Amino acid sequence: MTFNPDLKYSKSHEWVRMDGDVAVIGISDFAQDALGDLVFVNLPQVGDDVTAGEAFGDVESVKAVSDLMSPVTGTVCEINEELLDAPENLNNDPYGAWIIKVDNITDTEELLDAAAYEAHCATEA
Amino acid sequence: MKLIFEKSVPGRRCAILPACDVPKVELPAELKREAAPMLPEMSEVDVSRHYTELNQHVHGVNCGFYPLGSCTMKYNPRIDEEMASLPGFASVHPLAPKAAVEGCAEVIETAKKYLCEITGMADMTFQPAAGAHGEFTGVLLIKQYHDSRNDKARTKIIVPDSAHGTNPATAAMCGYQVVNIPSAPDGCVDLDALKAVLGPDTAGLMLTNPNTVGIFDENILEITRLVHEAGGLCYYDGANLNAVMGVVRPGDMGFDCVHLNLHKTFATPHGGGGPGAGAVGCKAFLAPFLPHSALMEEPGHIQVRGFRGNFLVVVRALAYLLTLGREGVPEAAQNAVLNANYLMQRIKGTFTPAFDRICMHEFVLDLSEFKKATGVSALDVAKSLIDYGMHPPTMYFPLIVHEALMLEPTETESKETLDWAAEVFRALYELGYKDPAFMHAAPHNAQIGRPDEVKAARNPIVRYTKA
Repeated sequence: MTFNPDLKYSKSHEWVRMDGDVAVIGISDFAQDALGDLVFVNLPQVGDDVTAGEAFGDVESVKAVSDLMSPVTGTVCEINEELLDAPENLNNDPYGAWIIKVDNITDTEELLDAAAYEAHCATEA
Repeated sequence: MKLIFEKSVPGRRCAILPACDVPKVELPAELKREAAPMLPEMSEVDVSRHYTELNQHVHGVNCGFYPLGSCTMKYNPRIDEEMASLPGFASVHPLAPKAAVEGCAEVIETAKKYLCEITGMADMTFQPAAGAHGEFTGVLLIKQYHDSRNDKARTKIIVPDSAHGTNPATAAMCGYQVVNIPSAPDGCVDLDALKAVLGPDTAGLMLTNPNTVGIFDENILEITRLVHEAGGLCYYDGANLNAVMGVVRPGDMGFDCVHLNLHKTFATPHGGGGPGAGAVGCKAFLAPFLPHSALMEEPGHIQVRGFRGNFLVVVRALAYLLTLGREGVPEAAQNAVLNANYLMQRIKGTFTPAFDRICMHEFVLDLSEFKKATGVSALDVAKSLIDYGMHPPTMYFPLIVHEALMLEPTETESKETLDWAAEVFRALYELGYKDPAFMHAAPHNAQIGRPDEVKAARNPIVRYTKA
């Protein structure tokens, strides 16, 4: 289980990396491990508004369908279309396979650093 | 094994038909298909062997223990099957004149009367073909009720996060927005979370009680009162009725409509793809919105399925109720609860129950500590059970428990079977510490061990095409 120290994390297991004014969002290694092998990813469209704490898409694994929660409020400016055909990228490289990029950010939920997130995962495991 | 299509030999037949002794009549060209259908051509003995071989590849209740939580895989008495096979029931035509089907009408009316009594409802339809169809019909009743009062503001259905996946799907299919509420730490409805989402936009609440982790929600009267106070209605998902049938009634808990899986709780074998019957019952004020299912009504009524639904499933349910009787129905529920608690107590000490309290008809094990210690997952344990001739419990559900295994032994299992099952779980618990690699590779004796689930989900081949 890895916790990338360069990223911030939400309690619902998404990671965020700020790229200037753009938030790059993915799911953590803990999340992909808990979900199991992913088979489908539902993504929003570029231009869609997302709200902090609300679902922006979902992922389906061999176990279940789970919502992807947005850690920020803003507008989707890019989606990782590769995931539609290769959802396994999220399993294989959770910190490399980003899901969406969001700009026009007006709100961000309280995020954890890697150490605090690791502690949070320890309570959930 | 080969598919039946792959065994086909052109020209081979099961029966030799006598020569045609009436003049041939050609269909008009526009009614004819362009090519002959691709059907397997086989001799009768090879057809028989094919299906027997398939039968040997699967595990049914008749093969062994089947504690698939939330599914109530109990043994169904043969007498119910026998009643459904009576020619007067099995061969009845849906368009037969009223005078010819009075017995069938009586079966439907009697089953309705008994099941309304068990659920505390005033009326019932047998049209829906299965559980999810019943849910859909039930939530449409709620929608129709609000519409009839011109109450257009009610756009949301509340569903707890421990609910069966069909609940939110049903609400969405009926055009409602789904509001998920988190469970309290004891697995029951969090009253504060419920209060926070109730309002003039609440159309209703969908709930199973006992819930998905096998716990009877003791706040149920308060829950239904709060929903009614907000102007919403309460829908009872009958998935777990086996735990309480004849003991407590959804109607008395404050529910306005219910669905029952007759093919699960009331003696029709299930899990093989049907047919089922998702009977929907309701209180008197919702009865005008029910699809009509009484025999021989004039056409033109609202229907959710052709004719009267899967009638033979209703025959089995009535036979089951008549053989159990007024005393037997609650006794079956009590034994289901007793068996679940017995097995939970026998397993405790090895695998950990997710909620350490008296359960109803099913319980959930939380294998997260075991996985941390051994690396062996709930999936590995489930796969290992197959080698013992036991059907694995439900895995990774409910989602609120990590590494979940959900067991529902049902009332039809003996103490000997439960003792044996507990010993198997103990053996696997110990094996996890000794030889985790062996369990990662399980099952070792099954026809198919670990199918590629990702491939099956992403690229399912559901239709045979000739190579």
